Amino acid sequence: MRGMRMMNDGFKAFWAVLTVLAVIMVFWYAACIPMNIKGVLTEQERAGAEVLPPLAKDRRDMSEFGLALNNSFAIPATWEQDRPRLPAPHQVAIEMWETTVQKKITSKRSLIYHGWVTLSATMLGFAIGTGLGILLAVGIVHSRVMDLSVMPWAIVSQTIPIIALAPMIIVVLYSVGIQGIIPKAIISAYLSFFPVVVGMVKGLRSPDAMQLDLLRTYNASRSQGFWKLRLPASMPYLFTSLKIGIAASLVGAIVGELPTGAVAGLGARLLAGSYYGQTVQIWSALFAAAILAACLVGLLGLIERTVLKRMGMAQ
Amino acid sequence: MNTESTTPPVIEARHLDLTFQTNDGPIHALKDVNLTIDKGDFVSFIGPSGCGKTTFLRCIAALETPTGGALTVNGMTPDEARRNRAYGYVFQAAGLYPWRTIAKNIKLPLEIMGYSGSEQNERVKNVLELVDLEGFGGKFPWQLSGGMQQRASIARALAFDADILLMDEPFGALDEIVRDHLNEQLLALWARTEKTIGFVTHSIPEAVYLSTKIVVMSPRPGRITDVIESPLPKERPLDIRDTPEFIEVAHRVREGLRAGHADDE
Amino acid sequence: MIPVLGAIGVWLLGWWLNSRLASGPYADTRMVRFLAPLIFGLTVIGIWELVVRGLEVPLVILPAPSVIAVRFADSLPTLWADFVQTIIKGALSGYIIGCGSAFLMAIAVDRWDFLRLGLLPVGNFVAALPIVGTAPILVMWFGFDWHSKAAVVVVMVFFPMLVNTVAGLREATAMQRDLMETYAATYWQSFLKLRLPAAMPFIFNGLKISTTLALIGAIVAEFFGSPIVGMGFRISTSVGQLSLDMVWAEIVVAALAGTAFYGGVAMIEKAVTFWHPSQRG
Repeated sequence: MRGMRMMNDGFKAFWAVLTVLAVIMVFWYAACIPMNIKGVLTEQERAGAEVLPPLAKDRRDMSEFGLALNNSFAIPATWEQDRPRLPAPHQVAIEMWETTVQKKITSKRSLIYHGWVTLSATMLGFAIGTGLGILLAVGIVHSRVMDLSVMPWAIVSQTIPIIALAPMIIVVLYSVGIQGIIPKAIISAYLSFFPVVVGMVKGLRSPDAMQLDLLRTYNASRSQGFWKLRLPASMPYLFTSLKIGIAASLVGAIVGELPTGAVAGLGARLLAGSYYGQTVQIWSALFAAAILAACLVGLLGLIERTVLKRMGMAQ
Repeated sequence: MNTESTTPPVIEARHLDLTFQTNDGPIHALKDVNLTIDKGDFVSFIGPSGCGKTTFLRCIAALETPTGGALTVNGMTPDEARRNRAYGYVFQAAGLYPWRTIAKNIKLPLEIMGYSGSEQNERVKNVLELVDLEGFGGKFPWQLSGGMQQRASIARALAFDADILLMDEPFGALDEIVRDHLNEQLLALWARTEKTIGFVTHSIPEAVYLSTKIVVMSPRPGRITDVIESPLPKERPLDIRDTPEFIEVAHRVREGLRAGHADDE
Repeated sequence: MIPVLGAIGVWLLGWWLNSRLASGPYADTRMVRFLAPLIFGLTVIGIWELVVRGLEVPLVILPAPSVIAVRFADSLPTLWADFVQTIIKGALSGYIIGCGSAFLMAIAVDRWDFLRLGLLPVGNFVAALPIVGTAPILVMWFGFDWHSKAAVVVVMVFFPMLVNTVAGLREATAMQRDLMETYAATYWQSFLKLRLPAAMPFIFNGLKISTTLALIGAIVAEFFGSPIVGMGFRISTSVGQLSLDMVWAEIVVAALAGTAFYGGVAMIEKAVTFWHPSQRG
């Protein structure tokens, strides 16, 4: 009985999400018409079709909707343009299919290759940032001096767009001969560092006075208190900030790819696409980044659930 | 219709049923409940948790909808009565809005019901006096003790002159001493305002001390097992609780509770 | 070599001062809570200055704080123009439009259960994505000027704001809702008098998260194309010309703008949600 009901609820939510996604799709296809109609009409005119009104000058001042109504024959073409202002969903899907499955992963046009370039920088930076962040958090919790002097800056850093440092880091490191994965990883590292510090300090401080007093009655040492109480208690907080941190790391790696002249990586694909007006390429890089982010956050969520379940902190 | 009384009953339930559909199957919260409450009655509902006493109160307030039987409040359906603002409701927790002062909290129902500004101030002043909270109107709820907060929430329920007051374990979360004091004040208030009061409680002494009529309920399915008319006088000092009459009534309530419990096992 | 030794001295001095403060009798006062980070910050700047001078680090790698300060003072008109272009026109207008529309959407989502079931998972999903990647597309659609930056900001702040506001509007307890029911309050009465005030702590949480996102969006979007003014533009061109002092000056502006923006929202929050336990302290 209970299982049935839960399935029903899940079913309802599933349909609701599906409906919302379907509505988004419909809107997307519909939006392609006014977004692309002017370009399509120019192309069609060149190809010799009858376009209303025939003069490009008149068309420029007309509303997109009026043009679409006048030239309904051209509507299907708005979903098939080569370089549309807004590519249709299936165009993006085809591009993604072609650049993943149908390309060798060593190819410069393979999205998997570019995705890997970004992912490796993200993961390296995330590992460094998280490791250092946890260490600093432990220091802050155990040293009053560090708490007083460093913690406020860690909090303030959350309100500052520190990503603005990214281009400078890339170029400075380049000028001293460091390039490739390291500069991007550094950006990823410092972007994930601060959320982890702040979240982990909160977590290590989460045991209440009664729990700390209990350990004091056992005459437990500081390190025992850390390993047996503070660290386990901090786990839910750690995972929450890890999820924020990995998303920030990915953004860092992507932005880190912008100023290098766009060689490889999803950020490079975005930039190259915007230089050459390859909108389909931009959209597919964007979706690849989104899928990557979703996978990373989802994976962390999975680890979180398993770990917390084992520790008896979640059901 | 009750032919014995000269005025029509304020609340009348006939063969009232309520079944909740839950994940674990249907739950019979109320079964065949029959009860008449007359004007000016102070009726307590007592019983173990799950006996439907709160559910019955919520039915009167139209916060739950019965699945069978008939229920009238002031001769109307409960929902019509709710729309006519026929009752004030006091919950177990004070539930004052932390972003409003005590006076503004008491004004809340008045604002919703569209009273004029001067009328609002007048009424706030009156009910604050009624619950002994003069001078606290400008305080925020979190600056007051639990007992004072609960008094403020009673003032909020009294502010708009409904002649029915429904109270769902209003003093359940307070300590014994504060509770005694509030019970005494509640009786005085009842005597002054002549309201009809429905009062849910866990406590036998509280029920006996306050009520003119004690409704004993038992669970699975939620039902009424006994209705006791109190022989105690209307004037009740706290030490009435040591008199033989009081102990006799308390004994009958306890017997009723035990009987309801026995056929459950 | 002497400046480097000096740097070590500054470090020791800063550490000693803060240790004294932390273990002293006034360790929990406001004064120390304010002084200690200040001393730490000054120590870092002092070490930075002395190390850069002592080791003669070239300007193109790391300019000394004094050089940055001079550049800052010399370029005030430029920095101000960039600030207006990026923060006021780009970030602020996008912030207002984005947060405002997310708020209206949240009311709709809260009112219709189907929307909540369908849209909220999508919103939660999108909130974790690298949305700043939409910048090249929006720059293409809305042109190089601030409109495209505002559009990026709108997309960036929309979902975090939506998710927070929806969570806030569901914050009122069942009992408080029942109370409104007993007054026969209308939907909008209960919305204005109960659910909206109860949601304020959540709404401000969304607003605070969004301040930083707005600045990030406005600055990064300029890396994809901008007129010849703006903080992101200045940073990327100055990096190209290796005038790193200018880059640092812009970063100082970004830091000041970020803290001021966040601090402003936090101050309004304090005034509006004075009743919430987290503000009562």
